[in-house]
Amino acid sequence: MSLEVRRVTKAFGGFCALDEVSIAVETDALFGIIGPNGAGKSTLFSVLSGFMPADAGEILLDGHSLSRLSPHARARAGMVRTFQVPREFRHLTVRENLMVAAPGQTGEHLASLFLRPGQVRREELRIAQQAEEIIEFLRLTTVAELPSGSLSGGQKKLLELGRALMVAPKMLLLDEPFAGVNPVLTGMIVDRIRELNARGIGFVIIEHELAALTRLVPRLAVMDRGRIIASGPPEKVLKDERVREAYLGAVT
Amino acid sequence: MEGYLVAIGIVVLINVLLALGLTLQYGRTGLINFGHVGFFAIGAYTSALLALQGVPLVISFVAAGAFAAVSAWPVGMVSLRLRDDYFAIVTLGFSETVRIVISSEKWLTNGMQGIPGLPRLYEGIGGGLPAQLAVLVTLALVVIASATMIQRITNSPFGRVIEAIRDNEEAVTALGKNPASFKLRVLAVGAGLAGVAGAFYAHYITFIVPDQFGPIVTFYVWMAIIIGGVGRISGTLVGTAILMLFLEGSRFIRDLIPAIPEVEMASIRLGVIGIALILFVTYRPQGLMGDYTQR
Repeated sequence: MSLEVRRVTKAFGGFCALDEVSIAVETDALFGIIGPNGAGKSTLFSVLSGFMPADAGEILLDGHSLSRLSPHARARAGMVRTFQVPREFRHLTVRENLMVAAPGQTGEHLASLFLRPGQVRREELRIAQQAEEIIEFLRLTTVAELPSGSLSGGQKKLLELGRALMVAPKMLLLDEPFAGVNPVLTGMIVDRIRELNARGIGFVIIEHELAALTRLVPRLAVMDRGRIIASGPPEKVLKDERVREAYLGAVT
Repeated sequence: MEGYLVAIGIVVLINVLLALGLTLQYGRTGLINFGHVGFFAIGAYTSALLALQGVPLVISFVAAGAFAAVSAWPVGMVSLRLRDDYFAIVTLGFSETVRIVISSEKWLTNGMQGIPGLPRLYEGIGGGLPAQLAVLVTLALVVIASATMIQRITNSPFGRVIEAIRDNEEAVTALGKNPASFKLRVLAVGAGLAGVAGAFYAHYITFIVPDQFGPIVTFYVWMAIIIGGVGRISGTLVGTAILMLFLEGSRFIRDLIPAIPEVEMASIRLGVIGIALILFVTYRPQGLMGDYTQR
């Protein structure tokens, strides 16, 4: 059971954003990807989730190719992404945001709305219950009835995570879950990710905040200029000469 | 006088039916449909042509709605994956194409000469005021049913997804739902309502020509929902009523100021609406009844 990325390539004009990137991650793993700005991390997520077509290469989830699937079909296949800048449905409440995400709702079919109202109502109760559990799990109870547009940046990150959980994913791709989040909330998100991982959900996490990430993941890869330049346990990778040059060198 | 009021009521309700579709499409889903009149025209001609073949009006009205809804399918398929502004252009192009096709295909639509002599609803009860009233009541019932249907759709899981699409389409995709499929259905529902409105129009006016289906019809509906308050059914009603009453009422204003000839009055009327629209967007962007999206 794994996510396999094989020699995925993506160029914009003459600029090669992803240059034969290959990664293999078990679907119950916690895997980090770091790299300087413009290294191709977010592009990799966009290609994996189908928002951008790859020029070449193959993406397999549990042995099935995702390459030809549309973005929504990839999410339904179990690989769900979040966005670097949270994309909450700002006019909907936190609870409604979560309820939108429940898959396969009878009430999404117009005919069923009028012909099977009872079934729609029963499903709504079940989905509301499921949303409530996630709201409690992510400690969003106090803001559950607020329009999500009014949340803080950190709460929006939690909401994105919660929404993705409603889809019942096998694998979550989190794009900078700690960026702009205060340290207390960061600690909480780290704990929650650990707990979800223990329940069997795999994570691939792109991050700038090295501290939080290295605390969380047992393995990570470093990207620079569209390539994976190193991968392995954090303590080993961060000592790698090329990594220090490409990434840490730029910071210090 | 009663006859005149009933006539205005009928025109208002036909436009309300048109505006209800746009309320669902733009107000709730964020679809910028600039081609609404195309579906109105398809409904009008469908019902007219069927009625002239002797098809009972009940059936021709249903067919008008159904055919207009079905015609939304190809339009949606080619355009709904586009960005919002391109969608607006494609729909505008669609409605102009419909108008040009009905102007040109003389064998079917009698071209620019139009189709005269369409049967009225309730001709059986002898025409005149009672028949007009019966039309008004029927229209009112159809409007109530349509508004109820739209309310039901909006307050459902389907309605939740279309609101989410309006807020952020990519996020909806990322959650495993296909926005295009929802938008297509929204487009079809609105088109169906426009088609039924077209049938009411054709059999009320009894004479249809392609020129009645120009883009201005679409934009009157847009103005109505902007004045009334985007996305609200009450706003749709109020906005449409105000706009139509003004369009009709300005005839009387002309009688008060005899210095203005009729030709100029038409331009002045449009000018006044334009100014009102600018003032609304500037000073009361939420419309008279409040903007649903600003809750």
